[in-house]
Amino acid sequence: MTVSARINVHHLTRVEGHGNIVVNVTDGKIEKCEWQVPEAPRFFEAMVRGRHYSEVARITSRICGICSIGHTLASVKATENALGIQVTPQTLQLRALLKHAENFDSHVLHVYFLAAPDLLGAPSVFPLVASHGEVVARALRLKRLAHEWGSLIGGRTTHPTTAVPGGFASVPKPKELAALKERMLAAVPDLSETLATVSSLAGRVPAFDRPTEYIALSSDQDYGLYDGKIQSVMPDGAKERFEVAAYEQVTNEFMVPQSTAKYAKHKLASYAVGALARFNNNFAMLHPEAKKAAQTLGLKPICSNPYMNTVAQVVEIFESFHASLAIIDQLLRDGVREEPLVIPARYASGAGAVEVPRGILFHEYAFDTDGMCLRGNCIIPTNQNHANIQADFDRLVPQLVAARTAEKDMELALEMLVRAYDPCISCSTHYLDVTFVR
Amino acid sequence: MAKPRVAFFDFTCCEGCQIEFTNYGDTAFLELLKHVDVVEFREAMSEKTVEPIDIAFVEGSFTREADRPRLEEVRRRAGIVIAYGQCATTAGINALKNHQTDYRECVYGRDAGMPHLDSAKALPISAAIKVDYMAFGCPVNKYEVLQIVSHLLHGKEPVIPNFPVCVECKRNETICRYDEDDHCMGQVARAGCGAPCPAAGIPCEACRGFVDRPNLPALKKVLTARAGFSEKRAGDKANMFTANQLEQAP
Repeated sequence: MTVSARINVHHLTRVEGHGNIVVNVTDGKIEKCEWQVPEAPRFFEAMVRGRHYSEVARITSRICGICSIGHTLASVKATENALGIQVTPQTLQLRALLKHAENFDSHVLHVYFLAAPDLLGAPSVFPLVASHGEVVARALRLKRLAHEWGSLIGGRTTHPTTAVPGGFASVPKPKELAALKERMLAAVPDLSETLATVSSLAGRVPAFDRPTEYIALSSDQDYGLYDGKIQSVMPDGAKERFEVAAYEQVTNEFMVPQSTAKYAKHKLASYAVGALARFNNNFAMLHPEAKKAAQTLGLKPICSNPYMNTVAQVVEIFESFHASLAIIDQLLRDGVREEPLVIPARYASGAGAVEVPRGILFHEYAFDTDGMCLRGNCIIPTNQNHANIQADFDRLVPQLVAARTAEKDMELALEMLVRAYDPCISCSTHYLDVTFVR
Repeated sequence: MAKPRVAFFDFTCCEGCQIEFTNYGDTAFLELLKHVDVVEFREAMSEKTVEPIDIAFVEGSFTREADRPRLEEVRRRAGIVIAYGQCATTAGINALKNHQTDYRECVYGRDAGMPHLDSAKALPISAAIKVDYMAFGCPVNKYEVLQIVSHLLHGKEPVIPNFPVCVECKRNETICRYDEDDHCMGQVARAGCGAPCPAAGIPCEACRGFVDRPNLPALKKVLTARAGFSEKRAGDKANMFTANQLEQAP
């Protein structure tokens, strides 16, 4: 018996944005195997032209509803680099705390609401309210904690308000930070339960291995979510670092007909970004509690099973939680005070990068002498992953066909693969082809 | 009585308003599920339904003709359609490109002519289908959304604020941005958010759009006379989230 399959998943569910999976197999012969991105393009880089530097981050934040904190931070960092602004140590700590809140928040959302239903054999989280009520309640409690944590620092979590070029428009009071710490400590049992739930399901994560290049921000100070240099780790473990300002030499974007988002490649035909890429690059810098979680989950660098990205997110939930407790303690020791915004020292161009939940994010802008934006460029993690997802399809589908997998199971395997990347598709459909004059 | 069947649909947007729906915490969210059945929600669930829908939340703007049949289908299936978030109510931030002609070339360069990159003017979904209620904001105020749902469940008309953000700042005793040597659009911006931005030290940029009859000449006058903006910057400032409303204003 040979395998035939017609898979046509139009607008894949439980991912952010719109993507299609199309696979045609006739008598064991693969005729088509495509990951398609039909998301409506939105043209943000065109929209920021002519806007004042104080407005740019508030516009580009709207690229993504899930990573709007990350877009805001990448945008203010790029703007500050362009304007010669050096922010204060307090600002850096508050931004790191805000960045951790977003990664924790988004990872909780993905692990519990988007990925877990596949492992529990449910079509969504809603039927789990009846069958796994305590797990859903725990997910909602953790999600709420992340929302309060991000809102305290950033004003709100969807399109944050307080993080602006030059610093923070307002800062939390010490007693609010102390209350956040108490709230977080009260969530420790929920975190342990998260680890227990995920390790009990880890055996259901599909086995698949395709070595690729992993790219993430990397720093000698910490795990590198808010700041660092671009680092690549190859399948043989060889690492190389690049300056953020030279990001275009790493991303090398190109256009394909099946996608409104551009694709990217570096040393190989594709590369991956996201939690697994960060884990593979920066394992040594993880907090001891996060390392312990990785050990419990059986995750070791270099892991080249893309399905394990969700497991790496759980490790990062622990990283963000414990790293943030340390930041809060430091802020409480040093005292938090209102600081005036640092004003521009020049008007030129500059780039900035942060790690958002789905991987490394780049923004770059140029400003005129009135502080008005001349041009912008945003390179989004998911469009750095699109080519890698396609390469995984090209490897996985022949394996599934050879194993005589039924069409329904093949479809689920491909859906779960895309979901594991936690794609943020509406973000990924805008970037531009501008040569910056440096 | 059977629980109302609720569904979520997304068009051109960031899907952040859908995310707000996950931020209620366990108590409010699980309580809400006692009163409504969520039957379709692509970002969060694989289930789909062919049965009629009582309340459809539609997020995102209408930006390409190809999306019209999908919008009409939602309208046909749903008893009540709520435009959910600013992209759906006025086209919000997406309308910022409406006054430009070169946006495609700007973003996609030499690939701009590829047919799948088609995007026309960003419009509210009411340009394609009839809308019954509007939940404004970028993002929506999640408590206002609860209130709208609660009103509908009780057979009441939801009350959507049509007064300016300045009213909420006075109520909060927030110092006016103009008294802090800043600028603000709260005088003409639709309230209902609770005015968190001026309270956090940043100007209101009318992310919920304008009130129904905004005094736009006065806005321009305040932005130039009190904030010292050039005529051009004052005009540009006013279109950040409201380009479509500016175009329709007398």
